[in-house]
Amino acid sequence: MHELGIAFHISDSVEKIAIENNVKAVSRVTLEVGEVSTVIPDYLTDVWNWNRKRTQYLKDCELDIEIIKAVTYCEDCKKEYPTVEFGRICPYCKSEKTYLVTGNEINIKEIEVEDKDNGAS
Amino acid sequence: MDKFRVIEVKQSIFEDNNKDAEILRNSLKEKGTYLINLMSSPGAGKTTTLTKLIPELSKSLKVGVMEADIDSSVDAETISKTGAKVIQLHTGGMCHLDAQMTRQGVNELGADGLDLVILENVGNLVCPAEFDTGAMLNMMILSVPEGHDKPLKYPLVFEVSNVCVINKTDVLPYFDFDVKKVEEYAKMRNPDIKLFFISAKTGEGIVELAEFIKEKVSEIKK
Repeated sequence: MHELGIAFHISDSVEKIAIENNVKAVSRVTLEVGEVSTVIPDYLTDVWNWNRKRTQYLKDCELDIEIIKAVTYCEDCKKEYPTVEFGRICPYCKSEKTYLVTGNEINIKEIEVEDKDNGAS
Repeated sequence: MDKFRVIEVKQSIFEDNNKDAEILRNSLKEKGTYLINLMSSPGAGKTTTLTKLIPELSKSLKVGVMEADIDSSVDAETISKTGAKVIQLHTGGMCHLDAQMTRQGVNELGADGLDLVILENVGNLVCPAEFDTGAMLNMMILSVPEGHDKPLKYPLVFEVSNVCVINKTDVLPYFDFDVKKVEEYAKMRNPDIKLFFISAKTGEGIVELAEFIKEKVSEIKK
């Protein structure tokens, strides 16, 4: 269950940021997930919803997932092409000398937080 | 009114783990303990290879082993027969170890006085490759029955591994495993990867692999 570990990592990182910023709660986490990052968004959301109840700051926190397109670059013909459709072999020149430019990210982009109600701005 | 505000984070989820891994790596280096992270799919022969390697390594090194599995302690029991110091780690359903779990394992094992600790990761070619454990050397095993096309199918584990051990060479005559192709495919994913061909069953190639590991361990002692 790969997504379980990922969900733990996200929730640990976000709780740390919540404490550093002295907030009351985190209401939303926006993630950037690459198309070939090995994370299945539905699974991740399921484990997230289970795990958030066990946390202090993320009890009502929604997980927003933005998908990043996977793009591969060909070193031989210097062109870029969509990874999911064509894989590792360049569709233009059939070269195997290719590498991934984007698409394997799992980033915490931003979080939406609720401040403490102590009148301070 | 503005009860909610947005904090921009822009951080990879692996960032914290990478920091933890670096801290563990440095503290082990100071102690003079070399850490190897051993990865493979289930059944490739991680434990059997270790049972052959450890007697060879133990001639000049004090060796400890951490066996990571989702459940059971069969591997730790097998390894304990070699005389190496061993502990079993349970990941509780998780498919890999991260740096924090590795650090806890190292503390539990007690690395003081050990020259080498081998972490036998959960059998899996996908997730263990994504998390830096804090090891100084990533070693993977690919066994002949799995096929020579695996570097194409599981590229990341070949990219992060410094050493790829091809195990079960004794059954090569019975499989369509292309030795040249596996090397070509592995180097395509990682030009610096070093290949060893062994049979944990017959002992072929074990001494060469052990010599390589001993040399690596001596590097941090200088």
